[in-house]
Order: sequence, then structure tokens, then C-alpha cells
Amino acid sequence: MNNFTRMALAIVTATTLVACGERPPIDSEQVGYRGTAMGTLSNPRLPQADNSMPPALPPVSADGPRAGDIYQNVQVLGDLSIGEFTRTMTAITQWVAPEQGCNYCHNAQNLADDSLYTKVVSRRMLQMTQHINQEWDAHVGGAGVNCYTCHRGNNVPEYIWFKPDAPKTAAQMGNLYGQNLASETAAYSSLPGDPMTRFLMGGYDDISVVGKTASAKYEVNTIKETEWTYALMMHMSDSLGVNCTFCHNSRAFASWEQSPPQRATAWHGIRMVSGLNTEYLDPLQPVYPDNRLGPTGDAPKAFCATCHQGQNKPLGGADMVSAYPKSMGGEDN
Amino acid sequence: MAEYQNIFTRIQVHGDPDPGVPLKDTIYERTKASINYWFGKIGDAQVGPFYLGWLGLTSILFGFAAFEIIGINMLASVNWDPIEFVRQLPWLALEPPAAKYGLGLPPLNEGGWWLLAGFFLTISILLWWLRMYRRARALGMGTHVAWAFAAAIWLYLVLGFIRPLFIGSWAEAVPFGIFPHLDWTAAFSIRYGNLFYNPFHMLSIAFLYGSALLFAMHGATILATDRYGAHREIEQIVDRGTASERGALFWRWTMGFNASMESIHRWAWWFAVLCPLTGGIGILLTGTVVDNWYLWGVEHGLAPAYPTSWEPISDPSMGGQ
Repeated sequence: MNNFTRMALAIVTATTLVACGERPPIDSEQVGYRGTAMGTLSNPRLPQADNSMPPALPPVSADGPRAGDIYQNVQVLGDLSIGEFTRTMTAITQWVAPEQGCNYCHNAQNLADDSLYTKVVSRRMLQMTQHINQEWDAHVGGAGVNCYTCHRGNNVPEYIWFKPDAPKTAAQMGNLYGQNLASETAAYSSLPGDPMTRFLMGGYDDISVVGKTASAKYEVNTIKETEWTYALMMHMSDSLGVNCTFCHNSRAFASWEQSPPQRATAWHGIRMVSGLNTEYLDPLQPVYPDNRLGPTGDAPKAFCATCHQGQNKPLGGADMVSAYPKSMGGEDN
Repeated sequence: MAEYQNIFTRIQVHGDPDPGVPLKDTIYERTKASINYWFGKIGDAQVGPFYLGWLGLTSILFGFAAFEIIGINMLASVNWDPIEFVRQLPWLALEPPAAKYGLGLPPLNEGGWWLLAGFFLTISILLWWLRMYRRARALGMGTHVAWAFAAAIWLYLVLGFIRPLFIGSWAEAVPFGIFPHLDWTAAFSIRYGNLFYNPFHMLSIAFLYGSALLFAMHGATILATDRYGAHREIEQIVDRGTASERGALFWRWTMGFNASMESIHRWAWWFAVLCPLTGGIGILLTGTVVDNWYLWGVEHGLAPAYPTSWEPISDPSMGGQ
């Protein structure tokens, strides 16, 4: 091997090592018409988290007295039978507080007592879960959600977001415009770091930025605005473990006619999570102790990663509601 | 001869530094020249004489001002923390003003610094262009380098000045920053419905890749015929020797025709210059004439329809599913 070959080999090796955080080959599956670059990419060597739903508890009788008639202060699950109520409580404990047990939310002396904030929060969370399963079939249809979808055995779901504190900058210089720092939310790009406050708190109508006609109308959706949308899309891509073409035909990002059906599911998901943040999660702010609040004092909120956690279907699309149809809102109470 | 067949020059032979041709109309004395062994490894070992002049000096001063405004703003954006500055440097940027300011003068920290940096950088680049032009003239050369540089300046001005002027907002311009300007580029393409359907973007890419191809073909041809004297390629333009004849025959054999020793350089110059020229036209039309290049492509028979392998959906906000 002469000098030139050796040098060329060294350069190729070094470039490959430096350029690829993930070594090739990446699996590619063609999902669209040939030549249109419609493919899904995945790295089979990435470590897989344990993404299985814990087995459902054995079914119990739905007959007998109602929980609301026997226990005090049962505001959401009062219509369940005593057996089903206890089974649901046991399941919730497994899903959310497996280490602390009942007393994470309940005052052991008086289970009906609302003095622990965790109990107030979990009541609202139950209502939210039922709301999702009843109203958001367009996004969660076929699988549904339960506490474990987000919590995965943690008191607080691993993937939540807060409004970021404004970064410390000098007084008259260094305006970052909410972007231009390594942004974990936006897949470590320099795109805006908090697209959630902008789009997932009711502002989703501003997501669409691409020109709707061929000729220019001077209706300026600026490139800056496009970067905010782009940041949200990076978050979605990262949260679902998919590339752009999972939802878009990248030749024409805006074209619904050419988009895979997942895009409609995601469209509903954006509206769903926005509703959850404004109706359920953000209003809980006064209930939380300080250590549960964000740097600007806001309540923890949800985005795509909260449920998806790297999978395009949370927990591999496992059925999360059939085993607890009444308590999780799979059927009307 | 074999000793030279490497990217590194292994044997350096030189006399005293060459002061250059005598000139009449230079205002300033040129600096002395010296010999640098390491430059000799990859090119000519002689460093200098260097001609600064007032154009070069003012260009560097304005360029330094722009560089400092950008750098100090980046440093300020991480609260003067040098470690964060190094960590975040590829992500940091100086952003143009928000759209609400239009073409007006924003406060310093809301785009004013960007305008100032852009102004100084533009002055610096234009002065450097004049310097290129005047130094070429002073040597009695043609001004091909200056005009090639002007092509790049055209693209720079379209992106940061002319197009924002047409649209009426400095917000349309590119941020100063390593990753930020790349994110801007991607967002630009997406905002305007995929720049790949912009014919001038296509031309620009063709000239970009074409330039690389021509450079490789020409470099390879000269190296391959060097043993017959092709390193005297400029002489062979007027006094064709066996090197250029063999090179020419090689290309006629393999692709039917050949550039001449002279015309290959015109090919290369035009390909390189047309890359930013066409690219600048494409950028200038974007948002001013065309708002969505994909839809434009559909209207003009450029973007074919492909079958989808799924049930088509329609916009849910328009009542679709």
C-alpha cells in the first residue's frame, strides 16, 4: 500500500467516524411510488426501551354497589363497581407510583381527603384520559390511552415541557429571538427552542406557512415564521422516531393530496395536545408545589414526546383502554 | 520528475524571492518577500510581496468591524461566558430584524446590529472587489478574477439586500451564523414550496456540479499529460505540443470532442460564474414573483403527478380526513 492509498483510506475512515453519529447501514423501507424518495428510515441498532404495556389486572365483577355510594368524595369513578374501582386504583398505582403506593396520592388516615396535591392532579388526569378516549378517536383511535401511556411507572412523565426561562444575555446585544442555541426540542438544530408555547397552546392555526398559490401574493409568512414551524416538525419527527416522509411527501410538504394518511392523524394530534395543555394541564398550575413548576412558574405540559417517546405509535400501538373500558373512558360512564 | 507526483512538493528549488515586475503607477511600496518552507510543501514557497493599499486597508477595517459586531453579539447572547461561546458557537447567530420593522431602522438589539454588520460587511466586500479590479489593472492583467468575484457578490447582495428590498422587509434576509444560515436555507426552500422546482436553482446546481466536473477533468488531463510538458499549459495554448495533442485526442476518443488548451479555462470560468448568477436570479424570483415553486412547476408541466400507494387524504381544516 503506497502513501497515497494509505492517506486516502485514513481520510475516508476519519470522515465516516466523524460524520456519522450512527453507523451505517440504516434500514430504509420504501413506502411510496418509486423515485419519489418516500421511504421510512430506522436504525436497527439503536437501543430499544422497554415499550410494552404491563399486563392488565384480572377482570372483576361489574355488579354490586357503586363506588360512589360506598366511598366518599369519588368524583370521577363513582359509577364503577367496588371491585372495578379497587382494580382501577391498583392499576393506577402500578402505572404511576409503583414505589410509593397508595399514599403517594392518598392520606392513609382518610382516603377521601383531598389534601395531597397529587390526588387533585390525578383526578384531573383521569378526566383528561377519559376526554382523550372519548373525544379524540381521530388521533388515538384503535389504541386509546391510559395513565401508563405517558407515565411508564414514573410519578411525573419523563417527557414534559415548560416555558423556558429567557436566556441571560447582555442588555443591548445578543438577542437570540428564541432560537440560535442548541435546541433539544428541535433535534439539536438552531431552530427556535420553544415551538410548543407558540403552537401547542392554541396557536396551531399559524403552523401552515407554505405558499398556497404559484404566484407571489406578498402575504408574508416570513422565513422566520417558517423556522418556528420547522422546529415543531423537528420535535414531532424526533418524538415519533420518524423522518419527514412518514407524514409528508417531501416534494410538496403542504400538499394534502400527496401526504400519507399519518399526516391527518398528526394534524388531529396537534389540536388534541393543544386542547389538553390549555384545558387540563396548564390550569393545574395553582395546585402544584413549586418543585413541580417550570423555571417561569408554569405547570408541566404535554407535547408529542409525552406519549410517543420515540415510537410512531406509543407502546407499539398496544390496546390501552379495553381492559379498563369504564374508568379510562372507553365507554360512557 | 516522479518526485513531483504528489500533492506535496517533496523537493523545493528556489533562488531569491521574486519582487515582481516593475510597475510605474503604484502609490505604496510593496512589502518584502520571503520564502516559507511549509507553503512550499503545497504551492509556491514565496510569501509576498503583499500589497495592501488604501482599498485593502479599509476593506479589512470594515470587515473587522462586521466580524466584531457579529462575534460580540454572539458572545453577548451567551452572557459573555467564553466556555458557552465555544460550545454553542456553531448554533449562535446575529438575526435580522423582525418582519414588523419592514425596511425601517430597528433598535440595535432587535436587528439594528444585524443591519450594521451587514452594512459594514457589504462595504468591506465591495472595497475588496475594487482592490481585485485595480490590482489586476495595475499588473496589466484582464479583470476576470474581479468579475468572477462580482458573480458571488451578486448572490450575496440578492440574499441580504436586493430581495429583502423587493419584499419590503429586512426580516427576509439571512442570519449571520453557522447552523442558523443553514436552517434558514432549509426553511427558505420549504416556505416557498420546494426550491428544487425553481428552474434557476436547477441551473445553479448544474453549474455548481459542472464546475466540479470540469475542474476534475481539466486537472486530470493536465496531470496525465504532464510527462509530455502539459505543466507548460499556458505556453501550449499558442504553441501546441504533444501534451495538449495527446490530451485532446484522449477526449475525442472518449467523448467525441475536446476543449482546447485555452477554451477549457473559459468553460471553467463561465461554469463557476454562472452558478451564483443563475442562483441569484432564482432567489430573487422567490417570494417576489413565485410563492410556491412546486405549484409553479405543476402549472408549467414541470412537476409530474405520481400515484400514491395509500388512500388519498384531504386537508382536515377544510373538512377532510
